[in-house]
Amino acid sequence: MISYLPYPVRIDDITVETEDGNLKTFKLVFENEAQQKAWKHVPGQFAMLSLAGQGEIPIGIASSPTEQGHLLFTVNRAGKVTTALHQMHAGERIGVRGPLGNGFPIDTEMKGKNIVIIAGGFAVTTLRATLIYLMEHRQDYGKITFIYGARTPGMLLYQNELQEWAKRDDVELHITVDREAPGWNGLVGFVPTIAGQVAPSPENSVALICGPPIMIKFTMPPLEKIGWTDDQVYLSLENRMKCGEGLCCHCNVGPTLVCKDGPVFTRAQVRRLPVEY
Amino acid sequence: MKVFRLSQTELDNLVQQWSKTSRVYRPAAGRQQSAHADCAPGWERATGSGPLTLAPGPAKSSVKTFLFPQPETMQTYSLKSSDPDRALLKEPAKATEKQIVVGLRPCDARSVQLNNLPYREDPFYQANLGRTVMVGFTCKDMCSTCFCDQMGGSPMATEGLDIAITELDDSFVAEVLTPAGEELTAGLDLAPAAESDLTALTARRKDCPQPDGARLDTLKGRDLNTLYKAPLWQALGESCINCGACTFICPTCYCFDVQDEVVRGQGRRIRYWDSCMFPLYSLHTTGHNPRGQKMQRTRNRFMHKLKYFPERYGPFSCVGCGRCVQDCPVNIDIREVISDLLTVE
Repeated sequence: MISYLPYPVRIDDITVETEDGNLKTFKLVFENEAQQKAWKHVPGQFAMLSLAGQGEIPIGIASSPTEQGHLLFTVNRAGKVTTALHQMHAGERIGVRGPLGNGFPIDTEMKGKNIVIIAGGFAVTTLRATLIYLMEHRQDYGKITFIYGARTPGMLLYQNELQEWAKRDDVELHITVDREAPGWNGLVGFVPTIAGQVAPSPENSVALICGPPIMIKFTMPPLEKIGWTDDQVYLSLENRMKCGEGLCCHCNVGPTLVCKDGPVFTRAQVRRLPVEY
Repeated sequence: MKVFRLSQTELDNLVQQWSKTSRVYRPAAGRQQSAHADCAPGWERATGSGPLTLAPGPAKSSVKTFLFPQPETMQTYSLKSSDPDRALLKEPAKATEKQIVVGLRPCDARSVQLNNLPYREDPFYQANLGRTVMVGFTCKDMCSTCFCDQMGGSPMATEGLDIAITELDDSFVAEVLTPAGEELTAGLDLAPAAESDLTALTARRKDCPQPDGARLDTLKGRDLNTLYKAPLWQALGESCINCGACTFICPTCYCFDVQDEVVRGQGRRIRYWDSCMFPLYSLHTTGHNPRGQKMQRTRNRFMHKLKYFPERYGPFSCVGCGRCVQDCPVNIDIREVISDLLTVE
């Protein structure tokens, strides 16, 4: 039987991620230890963040299952619940309901393959979870390429971690910003351009792409040109949701329910659906 | 299976008998009003109500009001700063009181079964299903808006009912179909049906329109995207005013919205019926709306019933009760939509 009752959690820490202050990462710790131990998710899944008196919102889980003892959610301030959440402080109580959705195929289609992760803007959250998971299980995967772009250096999330990852020789990192910026010595250019330059080989590979629809649209042609096919490319859809359990119908894309059948789909699957996302 | 014979008076007495120990609902006399806040218009509590004579066709609103009541409290909480459990969501006590719904039609009974496909794991729906006994009335006549036979039902069907009552020329026969139905009739002094009653019942069942889903079933084999792109939606979307009336009276529309409601520091999270006819239904916080156009929403409702739901669960999500045909302010008729869809190349 479905339970709609969220687990009570405490906000343990809040990190302001971006220069505009609109993105904050919330570190959540379960109040009940047994619930914490029972919680199991895979990268790419989401959960409902539940604020009493405000409502629930579906947010991708930014922490990897390998990070024990807490959950991370990076939240953009956009609507009623996210605005209320942004005004909260460490120590306060919220709820978490989940994990929900399918997640990336880390144990199946991704196993033993070269992994290309392409992220734009704050859609990087569940891909952070994925990258950390892959690095923790490094021997199970081939070459890992991580391409990530933001508008400005100050809009890049997880900046300390990006610097740590850059030091590793088992992950190829390409971090880019849209325009030249003072103090920025890294790549400059839109994500599709950089993806074209990096030109990851499609052979024995899987790509995970999350970002604004326009970025995804322009990232595909350079990949297709070098032989990538739609069933090698995984995307994560978003739609308005209420229950997250496949009942409330809000997130339907044709016969497909983003909350239940997704949010992760291959591009081939997405192309067969009506464009209602 | 026990079959009883009842006169009008015996039937009314039986309903009043049940009312003494359980909450009993019946279609409201006059079809429109409801004197009670615990059910939708078209139904009323049977306590002290007049003779149970039903107008042809289903009640004004569907039986989902009893299994999927609105609002349904999902959680409660306190927001008082003095409360150590502040902002802690708690499950409310589940309603366990038995409720008896008398006078629902076979179409509504079937809708309960269909909604149970997606709601099999829903704790609220299942709890309500478990405490509801359904005493249905088969249909003597079909209304001009009825089409249950085309949707795979029948005016004499008993699927989903605990007791099925059929009105014969001078009496009623009650078929007791389930243990819950037996419990309602146990220990009561009821006359068993006569041989002639059973013969009449069998004849009625044989002569009534039979379930015929064959014409519609061809829709299931049709390509989804072809139907989705069919030109008929444009014209339909232009007539439809997205009022949502069809979705509220529909027995098989089951989507819901969830909202928080706080009064003087005491909060509850409630769910209630929503409608895919409303633009807010699919609106993203960014302002993007996947179904921002009226036509897209109209299409979604019909495609959900006739294509998306069957693709996921098998049967169509429509029982042919005809309520939407009766109440649509711009005369959209799902039977015509179906006919048009069947001709899409």
